[in-house]
Amino acid sequence: MDRTALLDVAEERKHTSWALGARAVHLLFSKQKCISTASVLAPVTWALPAHAQAPLNYLTSHGTKADRVLALTWGVMFVSVAVVLVIAFLLVWSIWWRPGLSAPAPGSKLAVERPQSGLNWIWIGVGISSTVLLASIVWTVIVLAQTTNPPSRPGVTIEITARQWWWQVRYLSDDSSRIFATANEIHIPAGQPVLLHLISGDVIHSFWVPALSGKTDVIPGQTNEIWLQANGPGIYRGQCAEYCGLEHARMAFLVVAQTPADFQHWRQNQLQSPSQPAGIAELGMADFNTHCGGCHAVRGTDANGVLGPDLSHLMQRHTLAAGVLTNDNPNLLNWIRDPQGIKPGAMMQAPELSSAELARIDAYLKTLR
Amino acid sequence: MSDRIAIQGKLPVGAIDTRASGWWAMIFVVFTEAALFAYLLFSYFYLAVQPHMPGTFPESGPPSLALALPNTVILLASSVAVGWAQLGIQRGSQARLVLGLAVGTLLGIVFLVVQYFEWAAKPFNIDTSTYASLYFTITGFHMAHVVIGVLMLAALLLWSALGYFNRVRYAHIHIGALYWHFVDAVWLAVFFTFYLTPLLGMAS
Amino acid sequence: MTIADYERAPSVATRDEAGLADELQEIWKAEPGIGGWLSTVDHKQIGIRYIVTAFAFLIAGGVEALIFRLQLARPNEHLLTPEQYNQLFTVHGMTMIFLYAGPVLSGFSNYLWPLLLGARDMALPRLNALSYWLYLCAGVFLYVAFAMGFGPNDGWFNYVPYAARAYNGGPNIDFYSLGMILLGISTTVGSINFVVTFLRMRAPGMSINRVPILIWGTLTASAANIFAIPAASLAFFLLWMDRNFATHFFDTQSGGQALLWQHLFWMFGHPWVYAIVLPAMGMVSDGLPVFCRRPLVGYTAVALATVATMVLGFGVWVHHMFATGLPSISLSFFSAASIIIAVPSAVGVFAWLATIATGKPVFTAPFLFFASFIVLFTIGGVSGYMTGSLPVDLQLTDTYFVVAHIHYVLIGINVFPVVGAVYFWFPKFTGRMLDEKLGRWNFWTMFVGFNLGFFPMHISGLLGMPRRVYTYAEGMGWDWLNMITTIGSFVFAVGVLLFIVNVVVSYRRGRIAGDNPWDAPTLEWATSSPPPPYNFVVIPTVASRHPLWEDRLEEPEGEKSHVGAGLVLDHGREAIGTTALDAQPDIILKMPGDSYAPLLLALSATAIFVGLLTHLWWLAGMAAVCTGAAVLVWLWPETALGETAETADV
Repeated sequence: MDRTALLDVAEERKHTSWALGARAVHLLFSKQKCISTASVLAPVTWALPAHAQAPLNYLTSHGTKADRVLALTWGVMFVSVAVVLVIAFLLVWSIWWRPGLSAPAPGSKLAVERPQSGLNWIWIGVGISSTVLLASIVWTVIVLAQTTNPPSRPGVTIEITARQWWWQVRYLSDDSSRIFATANEIHIPAGQPVLLHLISGDVIHSFWVPALSGKTDVIPGQTNEIWLQANGPGIYRGQCAEYCGLEHARMAFLVVAQTPADFQHWRQNQLQSPSQPAGIAELGMADFNTHCGGCHAVRGTDANGVLGPDLSHLMQRHTLAAGVLTNDNPNLLNWIRDPQGIKPGAMMQAPELSSAELARIDAYLKTLR
Repeated sequence: MSDRIAIQGKLPVGAIDTRASGWWAMIFVVFTEAALFAYLLFSYFYLAVQPHMPGTFPESGPPSLALALPNTVILLASSVAVGWAQLGIQRGSQARLVLGLAVGTLLGIVFLVVQYFEWAAKPFNIDTSTYASLYFTITGFHMAHVVIGVLMLAALLLWSALGYFNRVRYAHIHIGALYWHFVDAVWLAVFFTFYLTPLLGMAS
Repeated sequence: MTIADYERAPSVATRDEAGLADELQEIWKAEPGIGGWLSTVDHKQIGIRYIVTAFAFLIAGGVEALIFRLQLARPNEHLLTPEQYNQLFTVHGMTMIFLYAGPVLSGFSNYLWPLLLGARDMALPRLNALSYWLYLCAGVFLYVAFAMGFGPNDGWFNYVPYAARAYNGGPNIDFYSLGMILLGISTTVGSINFVVTFLRMRAPGMSINRVPILIWGTLTASAANIFAIPAASLAFFLLWMDRNFATHFFDTQSGGQALLWQHLFWMFGHPWVYAIVLPAMGMVSDGLPVFCRRPLVGYTAVALATVATMVLGFGVWVHHMFATGLPSISLSFFSAASIIIAVPSAVGVFAWLATIATGKPVFTAPFLFFASFIVLFTIGGVSGYMTGSLPVDLQLTDTYFVVAHIHYVLIGINVFPVVGAVYFWFPKFTGRMLDEKLGRWNFWTMFVGFNLGFFPMHISGLLGMPRRVYTYAEGMGWDWLNMITTIGSFVFAVGVLLFIVNVVVSYRRGRIAGDNPWDAPTLEWATSSPPPPYNFVVIPTVASRHPLWEDRLEEPEGEKSHVGAGLVLDHGREAIGTTALDAQPDIILKMPGDSYAPLLLALSATAIFVGLLTHLWWLAGMAAVCTGAAVLVWLWPETALGETAETADV
């Protein structure tokens, strides 16, 4: 086969491989129900425009810790880009400076020389590199020292337990009557440091909210403590950042920074039991306690399961299923009805409910403000 | 002819002392096995310094030296016997070679038997606790190396009895003895870790 | 008997002496047929097998990646279930890092080392065969798991507790653990062979400052493997024990530690990633100067930098654990070390640039691969530098930024040099040239496809895309980047395909190469293409780093290398043993002939592991006995090998 034909074949393969491959894989592996993408609405545009395009980016920062690292991040990136450009330039210059000889017929003898030693390249190059590298180390250590301790004593302590594939959030207090739990959404007062105790309920996870801080792994058998401080009010997306099994991809959370006054207001509300439901919602509460209370808890009711998220004030939360769905119709209903279809492998099995029971539970959940 | 080079003079032929390729291979086998034991003992110390319930690390208190100390002496003696055999064949003595290897093999077997009894007498199983897992795994790794060493000494004994080696060509003996001495040296590190460090304060 | 009874003065002759080549051919030729194929200990055959097998795994790993790139091309795609995705990305990583990257370099080194060193074979030819068979068996063992739907699924670094029985109940991780231990035996014995060969098998006069840089690269990697592999083998063994015998090494409910796994694994893993690039860097250091028509700039600096990189590489493993909550003071040490390790790499980069800049570049296909490698190396290096800075790493780690980094270093520093090395040494292996024009298409398709596929990952990483996710939501800012990456990966795959096509077609129809088509300076080009089984008719003596260029370089007066005349070693299969530093001859070594023992040993060792996997203890026991018997037969003292008191062989 001559070379032109060969290349034509290669070209053709490039175009068809995509379509063929996609179809083949789809046919082979497709066992999923079709989920309309409309119902799986992930995020959620944010109050802060910088994150509207890329909520998990860390090229901008909105928290004290992230701020202190940001300059270093841009600094090492600048150095890196500069180095690549310089080396690429030197390479191209080296190749084109001497006139390039055409590819010789094998067997012909070209002159061999050992001109000026060229060692100067190594001395100069390594000298400059070493200086930059040492400076980077110094800057790194300085920034590390700046991020170790919070600017003041944290006023709020939150215990976060990472589980496959959601986040339990417990607000601690010396007064045991002021302890409460929520899930997948962490409210903090802006402009003040908070202390987080990171615990694992099963495997290794990693707690990461890029706008505010770098990652900290959540490791069973130890408690990792970190501090966070948001510069101002806003909603910041977080994500589990250590592979933890089937639904690692869908283990997000939100950090909601509020003014201190709003935060106190929110906390007071969390400490109260949700108001007593009436009508269909009251029927739904009974159904809920029966079918869901084994895993979920609602403050002040008979539902006190600890295996799943606390749902006491579910309607206050922006998302469901650890950041996978926005918390609205029909997402809530769809989630309860078919969790495996949305998040295959999640610990929540589809409850066996009639549509009437589902509707009642849905009505009840909507009262949990 | 201008390409001529000088004749080197006589060179020995074959697998002779430390010029045998097998000798060098065994040196690096020893390095890699030593690294393995280093990582095993690292695991012990890494786990030892973590918080434990009192009395669980070591499990049931520091392990008794009653069997382990004499057993250490037995193993060292076997190394001496094998070393004596090595020196013997270097002087051309087949008798010393065979006798030394036989004594070394026997002492190696005694070591294994004694250690078996020590294992049987332990009040815990491998799955009882982290310490128990470490104890049986690390001494077990060592025991496996001793088993291989004993089998190897037995083979060397057989070959020696068949008269294969003499004062010039005995590379196999040299190579095997190196392995055996290593197994004994590594036991000292294992013994120190398990039996002596708890007495020096590393116990909870 | 004294040593004098075992000595002989080897004769000296020229390489065209009548009958000598034929006599050596008789002594060294392989057995015919399938028996010969199974029992050969010829390093050249073993080297080719390693390379071919490694490329087969490269293609398998590549196909796995293409499948999951289809899944990731768009948000919320449903081509793969999470479990399928998790197995695919894990098996992809395992395949590329363990079944391709290390073995392909072992293959090149196996083929080339004796030729580069002026020797007849590796120091331990049967051990060489064993290392290949064990590799093949381990690769098959691991892929049987995948074929049965039990592929490892916890990432190639397999963290506990997700790898523990409680969370991973099937046999997936047992397959992975046992397969890796088996593979570790292969790599270890192979590494021992390289180190011993370096110390004992160099041609007379080839002192350690005259060996090609590939020798330094593989030597360093092999020495490192000897110390590093036991950490991984142990980690996998302890995991297997936890999973099957309820031990408590990693079990955090009972005093075990999840981080013990990470320490043990990365104490191996970090040196390993240097081991899979340093030999490739050595190949560039040897090949690039040929196409610049001058010796490498800064040979000593480059050799020392190779060793320094590896030594430092043992001191940085914690940089994989920066986010785990270890004390800051120890983390800062590892951060500093991880940044400083760039210094010896810089030595290499500037040495290569200087070689091109002060030489006369010749634009052949191998040159394109070797020259472009410098830029890819630099990109991979600087992304590594960025992750070396601890506070920055806490944002970068576990995102696609790291995926970009690892692919630039693995594809840029391993695959590109390997493909260039194939273009460079294919003539020596086969006697034919690869097609130059197709080579250029191959290069540009691979280069463009690779950068199109992997450069955007830096950006998606900086925009926060995490690793190891089977899907991602819309509106995260990653959609277009992923689509471009998927397209680029397919273009890259086409490039690899072009490479395979070039190899297959040129094997039959390439232009005949002759002994030294590139007019290169090192000893492998002083014998025929392909070389005869005994490599050299007479043993060369060496007086410089570039024996075949001596008459053209204006060197100071002194000894010259002799390739046309040298020691005759023809009393059976023989090689010359030389001293470690200065390579003075000190013994004539007897080399083993073909043997089935390595294959039988590999099969029975594999059977032990099958028995362990399936809990068929009787099978494991019987296989252990067979293994012992094979070892006994192998090591039985032989007169022909000069191991007994007999003098017949002298």
